Amino acid sequence: MKLEALQGLVHKTRDARRQQTIPKFPPNERDTLIKKYHPDSRENAYRPIKFGPNAGELTVRELAALLEGDSPVPADLDLTPTYSVDVLVIGGGGAGSAAALHAHAQGAKVLLATKLRLGDSNTVMAQGGIQIAITSEDSPVQHFLDTLKGGHMKNDHTLLKTMVEEGPSIAKWLLDLGVLFDRDPDGNLHVKKGGGSSKPRLLTCSDYTGLEIMRVLKDEVLNQQIQLLEFSAAVELLSDGDGTCTGAILQDLDNKRFVVVAAKAVILATGGIGRLHIQGFPTSNHYGATGDALPMAYRIGAKLLQIDTFQYHPTGAVYPEQLVGALVTEGIRSEGGHLVNANGERFVNELDTRDVVSSSIIRECEEGRGVRTTTGRLGVWLDTPLLDIEHGPRTLEKHFPAMVRQFKRYGLDITKDPVLIYPTLHYQNGGVQIDVNGESGVRHLFVAGEASGGLHGRNRLMGNSLLDLMVFGKRAGTTAAERAKAMKHGKLTLEHLTRFRAEARKHSGALAVRSPMLFPDYVRKE
Amino acid sequence: MDVKEFDKNVAIDQDEALRPKMVTVEIAGKKHEVPEGITVIKALWYTGQEVIRGAGCLGGYCGACATYYRTKDDPKVRTCLACSTAVEDGMSFTMVPPFPARKATYQLSELKDPKQDLFNLYPETPLCRNCNACTEACPQGIDVRDGVWRAVFGDFKAVSEMFMDCVMCGLCVPVCIADIAPNLVAVYASRVQGAFFTEKPNRLHERIEEIRQGKYDQEWDKILTMNEQQIKDVCAAIK
Ligand SMILES: Cc1cc2nc3c(=O)[nH]c(=O)nc-3n(C[C@H](O)[C@H](O)[C@H](O)COP(=O)(O)OP(=O)(O)OC[C@H]3O[C@@H](n4cnc5c(N)ncnc54)[C@H](O)[C@@H]3O)c2cc1C
Ligand code: SF4
Ligand code: SF4
Ligand code: FES
Repeated sequence: MKLEALQGLVHKTRDARRQQTIPKFPPNERDTLIKKYHPDSRENAYRPIKFGPNAGELTVRELAALLEGDSPVPADLDLTPTYSVDVLVIGGGGAGSAAALHAHAQGAKVLLATKLRLGDSNTVMAQGGIQIAITSEDSPVQHFLDTLKGGHMKNDHTLLKTMVEEGPSIAKWLLDLGVLFDRDPDGNLHVKKGGGSSKPRLLTCSDYTGLEIMRVLKDEVLNQQIQLLEFSAAVELLSDGDGTCTGAILQDLDNKRFVVVAAKAVILATGGIGRLHIQGFPTSNHYGATGDALPMAYRIGAKLLQIDTFQYHPTGAVYPEQLVGALVTEGIRSEGGHLVNANGERFVNELDTRDVVSSSIIRECEEGRGVRTTTGRLGVWLDTPLLDIEHGPRTLEKHFPAMVRQFKRYGLDITKDPVLIYPTLHYQNGGVQIDVNGESGVRHLFVAGEASGGLHGRNRLMGNSLLDLMVFGKRAGTTAAERAKAMKHGKLTLEHLTRFRAEARKHSGALAVRSPMLFPDYVRKE
Repeated sequence: MDVKEFDKNVAIDQDEALRPKMVTVEIAGKKHEVPEGITVIKALWYTGQEVIRGAGCLGGYCGACATYYRTKDDPKVRTCLACSTAVEDGMSFTMVPPFPARKATYQLSELKDPKQDLFNLYPETPLCRNCNACTEACPQGIDVRDGVWRAVFGDFKAVSEMFMDCVMCGLCVPVCIADIAPNLVAVYASRVQGAFFTEKPNRLHERIEEIRQGKYDQEWDKILTMNEQQIKDVCAAIK
């Protein structure tokens, strides 16, 4: 069939669908749906971790192999430091930049090392917005409850309360730095409603929220002249031999040399895992999203949390092939876009939580109500033209310029025709366990942003991640800087690595891969 | 998956996917065969090249993948983002190395007259000679030249709106005959617009004050002392 003919059904059924209201799933049905169709429920994708702080716990095979993998660092590496700093921040996305800025503001000597360029990250791609409870009909408590519900009640209460309460002051910090959030005519911050939230509380910068925040933070890091090492990937942490983190080993990606950094505190802000392509899923994540914090923290003895659950964003592009995995922002559903199967029917309340919506899309496709592209991919329609019909001409162009542009590059006009979507690997719900200041189970090792775990429970709500980055980036940066004032540098050893390797040798199949991965291997070999 | 297995009624015809057609492209002067329609960056991977400098978000947002390209028989050299552009037959392309533009550093909160300060921080800005090369170089379709002039005339609001799509790829910089870095001027103007010239959002400040004064403390006490089932019920009742 021609693409146009299949799209025709979406156009034809639109008016009828607009009359429909689809209720959200009641709790028990929602659980059954997730159990049956969510990728997290596929048992054969999982296996127990063989040893280390999370021994015996289940995670996806891709991650398990990395956690049990081997460091590229030789045991006899000369550990004379090239840099000696108060705070080493690893990762130049939103969390890392926020941490560096706050640590610097406390007077600490900061080094920010990042794998690509400063700002090349998941943060720069965030389109949907940042959740902060500021309206009179909303409250931090309501934000807390919505998040808890979305996270299947598994969120850490202390972390969550801290995040929602500090949200408004974070908004102020960003505004003072010059971030241009969308406004209402009266000058107040405009709020939108996000999936899984009972109140509108998404602050946005058109559909470039992450880009705008990242552009400003990057500019500010440069203004503050914080020492910056780009194309420098952390590959191992350093310890004093007594379970305290004392620095890290970076690899300069231009010449592959190891660079030893002594630091009184280390902040891991390396983001998520999308590029592991768990269960073969395409991903919305940036090139360096290979979960590097997890094996590094694991080897030095930090406990990980909820690493058996990942977020599959319901609306990843499926067609054209060049866009596979790329995100179609949730904002389109927030503003009323329908999900439509191959029969022209709606099948889920589009504003239900991401795990529910993703599961239902997978259900449609597995039960034969999906549309297939001839590259073998399945998907369902997202009725984008509906937005212009509901809210007036040029709504998409005005509110979602990034989306319109993304498809236009390949000759598709989403203002006229629906697009095909399927869930895409989007977010690591869990990560390294932290306390309220971002400190992991290992002394002086902090973790902030997507790399950390506990806050989001088993499913993150839209817009909560950007807030997480800013709040815990700040807390980690501030705490690390204060800590550094009152202490000296520790001993630099690789004893934790020696112990890790000794333990690993007792388990067959361990140390099989190099980890952290740093980048996915897309280079074709002949 | 075998194509015949598809239900033809719910499958899109995509000839290019059924019979991947190979096209010839020229990468940094060398000819290669690659499947038609893959992105420029995938073409680099396909031909066995490792890309680290030049790959970032892979989604068209970070500007790491700035590329010059030319299509068959067309003398015009164009710019694109390699992660978001499909290759076609006869295309030649090369990634653009980073350009040593000067970024002015400043303490935003200490600026006294930020519109005037633009001329201290970026004194080259008013020397724009209207050649329009920056606009032509912009893969995001921003009217960069116009933006530079608006910055000069102090219309920072317009600048901030025009450059909201700017991915900081820097392609507008090396082409400038007046040594202006339009994207850096725009970031300055936008931040100033945000920090100095937008209205104070009263509702936000009220909320910060409410939290500081403990307005929600009682509610918190109630919620945080509930047992698992109680709080579950509260959540279940949320619409
Ligand atoms: C397409 C997309 C849209 C999204 N939309 C939203 C949204 O609307 N709202 C929301 O709240 N959230 C959204 N999210 C989620 C959110 O953007 C991310 O969770 C968040 O930005 C992660 O921030 P981070 O600082 O922890 O990691 P990142 O921003 O990914 O930054 C990590 C940095 O660390 C670097 N790094 C990685 N490994 C190493 C290493 N070994 N050594 C040194 N550096 C390293 C990376 O290169 C990168 O610069 C979205 C995510 C994606 C992918
Ligand atoms: S304005 Fe300059 S830096 Fe920004 S997107 Fe256009 S060419 Fe790139
Ligand atoms: S390239 Fe430079 S001189 Fe030419 S129009 Fe742009 S800013 Fe002006
Ligand atoms: S890699 Fe980020 S824009 Fe292309």
